Amino acid sequence: MYKEICAKYAPTKDNLIYILHDIQDSHPQHYLSAEAVTTISDYLKVPENHIYGVITFYSMYSTSPRGKNIIRLCESPPCYIKGSDNILRKLKTILGVEVGQTTKDEKFTLELCACLGVCGNAPVMMINDDVYGDLSEEKVEEIIDKIRGRN
Amino acid sequence: MSLKRIDLLICCGSGCVSAGALKIKERFHEVLKEHKITSEVNIIETGCMGPCDYGPVMVIYPEGIFYKKVTVDDVAEIVGEHFVKGRPVARLMMQEEEKTISAQKDVPFYQKQVKVALGNCGYIDPESMDEYIATGGYEALGTVLTEMKPQDAINVIKESGLRGRGGGGFPTHIKWQMVHDRKADQKYIICNGDEGDPGAFMDRSLLEGDPHRILEGMMIAAYSMGASQGYFYIRAEYPLAIKRIKMAIEQAKEVGLMGENIFDSGFSFDAEVRTGAGAFVCGEEMALIHSIEGERGNPTPKPPYPAVQGLWGKPTVVNNVETIGNIPTIFRKGAEWFAGMGSEKSKGTKVFALTGDVKNTGLVEVPMGITLRELIFDVGGGMIGDHKFKAVQLGGPSGGCLTVDHLDTGVDYESLKERGAMMGSGGVIVMNDEKCMVNVAKFFMDFCVEESCGKCSPCRIGLKQMLEILERITDGYGREGDIEELQRLGESISKLSLCGLGQTAPNPVLSTIRYFRDEYESHIRDRSCATKVCNDLMHYDIDKDRCIGCSLCARKCPTVCITGSRDEKYTIHQTGCVKCGNCFDVCPVKAIDKVPGMHPEIVEHRAAVANAKNPYDD
Repeated sequence: MYKEICAKYAPTKDNLIYILHDIQDSHPQHYLSAEAVTTISDYLKVPENHIYGVITFYSMYSTSPRGKNIIRLCESPPCYIKGSDNILRKLKTILGVEVGQTTKDEKFTLELCACLGVCGNAPVMMINDDVYGDLSEEKVEEIIDKIRGRN
Repeated sequence: MSLKRIDLLICCGSGCVSAGALKIKERFHEVLKEHKITSEVNIIETGCMGPCDYGPVMVIYPEGIFYKKVTVDDVAEIVGEHFVKGRPVARLMMQEEEKTISAQKDVPFYQKQVKVALGNCGYIDPESMDEYIATGGYEALGTVLTEMKPQDAINVIKESGLRGRGGGGFPTHIKWQMVHDRKADQKYIICNGDEGDPGAFMDRSLLEGDPHRILEGMMIAAYSMGASQGYFYIRAEYPLAIKRIKMAIEQAKEVGLMGENIFDSGFSFDAEVRTGAGAFVCGEEMALIHSIEGERGNPTPKPPYPAVQGLWGKPTVVNNVETIGNIPTIFRKGAEWFAGMGSEKSKGTKVFALTGDVKNTGLVEVPMGITLRELIFDVGGGMIGDHKFKAVQLGGPSGGCLTVDHLDTGVDYESLKERGAMMGSGGVIVMNDEKCMVNVAKFFMDFCVEESCGKCSPCRIGLKQMLEILERITDGYGREGDIEELQRLGESISKLSLCGLGQTAPNPVLSTIRYFRDEYESHIRDRSCATKVCNDLMHYDIDKDRCIGCSLCARKCPTVCITGSRDEKYTIHQTGCVKCGNCFDVCPVKAIDKVPGMHPEIVEHRAAVANAKNPYDD
């Protein structure tokens, strides 16, 4: 499967970031396995250590398996001013995990991220591709319950 | 294309979408069908209209009526009353001192604004090239390609006085000229869509709301300097912006506005989108270039500047999205018109992202030189609730904060710099009197420590040292001399760091020390945080006169540090308190107060415990 994804892109080094995104997004556990890195390395003729260097530099990549839904709470200043630390506390309590961890049922991974660019509606979080703004502790609970029920 | 009776413009900027704009759009389709008037109403999904705080917002033409905070349940009323019976729904309009404002142009938020780069945002369908062309789009490109030499185009930008909107304020024409003058087989133009400071979201809104404008501006820039290939570098956090720009590129190629020999001028151009993967430092131009090349986004020393050795070693211009967004209008309306706005050295308009404790958060575009007071109180509508204005942070974690005394400062590159702040990419974070400036400075420092790429030691090690000093100050272990040490470190890091991130990271600390030194001093000397934000420098206290002895606080206390009885009332044993605030929240008679300052018991306790070694001792 990794080979097929690689083949969508020209074998040049500047496509590395795209290939990494694509492979990570299509993996059910949203991560980059050692096998994937080896495949990319062969395809692009780039050493594996370079690929790991890139993966660990950017915050969106993960080398360990993650949950079905990835929660990314914005930790930028405007969200902080509007109380994102309370939202973080609430998320940790209802999910029972720390930042960077995945819930036991593998449904959620909690992460922090830089500005999501929806600062007018701070505090904000993104779950997968959906943005949730004007968060309050009650609203967070509702959102998580809804997603839990859906999956 | 059929003519419709009503144009319904629904803001589908990210803010409004997060508030449910797409569901509202669906509901409109349903209700219009029920009323059998689908053919009479044109529903248009536009880019960001600006007033994010009032989202979801919409404008209805021909009257230009502005509705705010619309919910799915309001749709039936809007269709039934407004569309069918012609009676606009007053309760969804803006209210200003008992007055109902119906038309968008009369809303105070828009009154001082002059939209240049944001001209079409919230007005046209960003996915339709025809709508862009209908507003005069691509006229500028046509004129430049068919009637001007590259040098003439650079001269126009020089006369307009346009400066980079990404942060530094470097004159745009100089960058172009440098690349224009170099001989090379290949030159590149890059549009920097890796949004500057957190808290600024104009690039996102422009890319999403008016992608063809950015494409047109990029092509004019490319022609002026002789570049045949362009790259849009857009943050991966902005999937919609990526999609819209890709769509715009395809549409332009289809009709020959992009590709080989455009307008028979001999100029050929192609553009691609590249995305990041979550790294703040990639907004720095050298880091961005390395990221496009498929490397870690580490900055490298300058010179050589990108204009000499940029992408793949070729001469490259990196321009910010907003800078490029101004270009088509400058050519259409003339350099003089643009230079006629703004202050002496800062021409034109600037887009600001108003955030924080201000009433009207959102995107605004105002002439340069407008005062902070006008920006925050007239356009922004002032502070939320009864709180007082305390400070405003300009330029995000690289900028500095200004106070009440600076409200009449004109907002332009020079005035801000003189006062220790900076324009940055236009993030304006407004803070009220509940905010502790030491804590805010610590937060900004924490952000920069996280985002430092680690390549150069002043930034990697120095910022960490500054953060540790700030942490011990807010934890109640501050020492005499800490303020001076912070200043010394900050100044050296500014001078010695490799790239903009490190050079500007100490700014929030230095500017808060400059304007709020007394807060630092009371944190260190009195062990007291007047705003009661720093947990270690405040405490909870039960007022025995107000306490009714219900015991709720004692039952909710996770550390069992509250004891007492109905007769004796309740007491908090300070040494056990973890400041969780449960007691404060649950007290039915509000008998618990937050008191500034470390409790004497804690001061004693810290001094007394034999092996309570100060965690910050060397």
